[in-house]
Amino acid sequence: MRRNGPLALIFHTIFVIVMVAPIVVVCLVAFTPEGFLSLPTNGFSLRWFRAIGNYPEFIHAFWVSLGLGALSSFVALLFAVPAALAIARYRFRGRDALAALFLSPLMIPHVVLGIAFLRFFTSAGFGGSFAALIIAHVIIVFPFALRLTLAAATGMDRTVEMAAVSLGAGGWTLFRRVTLPLILPGVISGWALAFIQSFDDLTMTVFLAAPGTETLPVRMFLYIQDNIDPLVTSVSACVIAVTMTALILLDRFYGLDRVLAGKGDTGR
Amino acid sequence: MSTVAEERNARAPWALTAPALILFVGVLLIPLAMTVMLSFHDWGQYKGIEPVFILKNWKEIATDPYYAEMFWRTFRIAILTTLLTALFGAPEAYILNRMSGRWKSIFLLVILGPLLISVVARTLGWALLFGGNNGLVNKLLMSLGVIRSPIPFMFTETGMVVALAHVMMPFMVLSVWAALQRLDPQIENAAMSLGAGSITIIRRIIMPQIMPGVLSGAIIVFSLSASAFATPAIIGGRRLKVAATLAYDEFLNTLNWPLGAAVATLLLVALVLIVIGSNALIERRYAEVFR
Amino acid sequence: MAFLELDRVAKQFGAQTVVDDFSLAVRKGEFISFLGPSGCGKTTTLQMIAGFLDPTRGAIRLEDKDLIAIHPAKRGLGIVFQSYALFPHMTAAENVAFGLEMRNVPRTERAERVRAALAMVGLAGYEDRHPRRMSGGQQQRVALARALVIQPSVLLLDEPLSNLDAKLREEMQIELRQIQRTIGTTTILVTHDQNEAMSLSDRIVVMSQGKIEQIGSPQDTYERPASAFVSQFLGKTNDFAGTIDRTGTPAQLTAGSWSGPAPAGLNGPVTMSIRPERIGFGDAGLSARIVTRIFQGNHWLFQCESECGSAIVIRQNDGKPQPVEGEAVRLTWRPEDMSVRARTVA
Repeated sequence: MRRNGPLALIFHTIFVIVMVAPIVVVCLVAFTPEGFLSLPTNGFSLRWFRAIGNYPEFIHAFWVSLGLGALSSFVALLFAVPAALAIARYRFRGRDALAALFLSPLMIPHVVLGIAFLRFFTSAGFGGSFAALIIAHVIIVFPFALRLTLAAATGMDRTVEMAAVSLGAGGWTLFRRVTLPLILPGVISGWALAFIQSFDDLTMTVFLAAPGTETLPVRMFLYIQDNIDPLVTSVSACVIAVTMTALILLDRFYGLDRVLAGKGDTGR
Repeated sequence: MSTVAEERNARAPWALTAPALILFVGVLLIPLAMTVMLSFHDWGQYKGIEPVFILKNWKEIATDPYYAEMFWRTFRIAILTTLLTALFGAPEAYILNRMSGRWKSIFLLVILGPLLISVVARTLGWALLFGGNNGLVNKLLMSLGVIRSPIPFMFTETGMVVALAHVMMPFMVLSVWAALQRLDPQIENAAMSLGAGSITIIRRIIMPQIMPGVLSGAIIVFSLSASAFATPAIIGGRRLKVAATLAYDEFLNTLNWPLGAAVATLLLVALVLIVIGSNALIERRYAEVFR
Repeated sequence: MAFLELDRVAKQFGAQTVVDDFSLAVRKGEFISFLGPSGCGKTTTLQMIAGFLDPTRGAIRLEDKDLIAIHPAKRGLGIVFQSYALFPHMTAAENVAFGLEMRNVPRTERAERVRAALAMVGLAGYEDRHPRRMSGGQQQRVALARALVIQPSVLLLDEPLSNLDAKLREEMQIELRQIQRTIGTTTILVTHDQNEAMSLSDRIVVMSQGKIEQIGSPQDTYERPASAFVSQFLGKTNDFAGTIDRTGTPAQLTAGSWSGPAPAGLNGPVTMSIRPERIGFGDAGLSARIVTRIFQGNHWLFQCESECGSAIVIRQNDGKPQPVEGEAVRLTWRPEDMSVRARTVA
């Protein structure tokens, strides 16, 4: 394999700088000691991180986002794991159509989903509730949960299950003792990716959230709409830190390129 | 849950998928249908939504040039964003693929990582970098002599395209990256041994093979850019509307839900047609070569 | 005079030496095989000739010109890769034409040469097929045609047949040999398959751990292996520990109850290698007992336990009765059928 020439490396350097610049600048501005938006030229200060404490709505929104992400990803997996097993193993009529339906939230613009859910939940009489948010998030994270579980179930060695059956395992025992452990890396990665998707969603949630059920991205968006000040950069820096931690863990355990591409084997 | 013996049972797959299917029909297909219905309803400032079947909203969108202009702006931004990501993302994926193991995984993490970082945070970063006429980007470009007077980025399409290209870039890199993985590792050596130089190799051997990757990346970037909300809302402000931000306004500010539903329905239908159409075109174009 | 010459070529990756002190003179028109297990440095050596890797030390000369100084694209060598590395977006004809295009061969001549090259490998009529629509064997032929059409000074084959099934591989071996004989291109084949190396080459370079173990004709390397590695790698062999006693005349070589005249130049403990098909059952010789006997159609395979350890014997199935399992036998062979090496006693 030939190496990259100097021109390629210059291109690469500029590319990487541009990719990280907006993220770095947010994190830098968060440490400013000034009362206005500026790069911290006169030393670093944590005042804007402490300032978050004076805004309980941000703290509350953070807990809403965390709970919503964890719960909706878990519920999505309860539906996705059996569906993934069925799609991975059986050739039945309507299989392709089902797979397409289950992946369709990826293709439908989130603004359309937001509108559809707003209309639906308002008519059903529980618009703006946490339950409505959970259901809506289950739908948008479902494709991610399904894809990674599907990859794991497809890559699984079926003869292992047959061996378990020949030894007398069946039904629930077979699933719990053999199948689930084998697809677990895919399931956990699916959960993590689903969590991040839910945690970061703004476009759909902005339609559904009411005061009290606002998620962190929604709270930040509404705040930015009014004014941009260092407070929102320190909140963003915290969000970036949370996501980066999840990302590095995900990369260690599964390989980020495989998670994002949604294919490859199960990482056994 | 599923046993091997069940494989002969034709009902097993349906039993396993039934919960998810019920969920999707109940809270995805029905709400979507309700939205389409909603676009045919009437609305008045004082009477609210009237459940009748009229074409008022669709007529308004078809006749008022404001909507034509807005949709044209939406797709123009999406096209430019797509071109920008292809122009920079494809070469970057190629360079990345030629790096040695450790650097490759580090930079892959750096470039794909932002995909999972909050769009609000990333767009906020651009708002900070653009920041009026003496923002960092303008200062840098002027000191490098690229431009003479500052370019307005905030509240302009230029700014939206730049920020959106950044947000969408990982999708393009990822898509081209996947195509590059399918390349025979010896293919460049083969071309070289037959007398081809670097430029010929890239133009005649690499480009044609990663084209399907570029095109499928372009479809993803285009459809996501055309329906993007956060970036246009923050960079474009209240004045420069695209389809998603307009629908948001109709729903949460003007409260004209039927009109907003019509805009959303039109966006959905247009995107589905474009995506399915171009997918079919790509598949037909490359069916012969890549099965 | 050597046509292609490698002079003390070495390649290091970091601290690891992959190829060391590789010297070889290839005559024009010769068919040479680099034979060895994976990781022995044979492909690395090929890649240095091709120019995809630069040697750490040493020189490579083609017709007395320094080959290392020439860019790989200008070396004019034909290469067939293990994966074939066909251009999947081009038809068979376009693949073959690529090298001619790079050499600015006029269109009409190009078409004629592509047609002839494809016909030579038996693919006339497949011009417009894409590689993905061809079988492995057909792809292999396209790769060969693509490498040969540029009339390379040397043809380099990197395990070209390893992806084919056994039957097809044998057919391709014969065909490859015929094509090479017809056009007379100097050829270097990298392979780990000793049958392939033996049936195709004029000379074999046996490699192990980056070093040349032996260079010689197939018959030479098989019958007179220069080292234990060569004798083990080129087919089955029996190694017996023996001793040479030069006190009497003539000097005697003994191993258990077998004894014969000692070869010149050696003394003390030695290792004797005898191919299984050269061992017979007789009245005198190494005493052994048959452990298993396996019928393999045209021959019998015997696994024996002898005074000097386990031994394998292959006998032609000539219809005569053969010893049965558990039978006590004597193993004999002619002195000229064994190769004897000094043995270091631990």
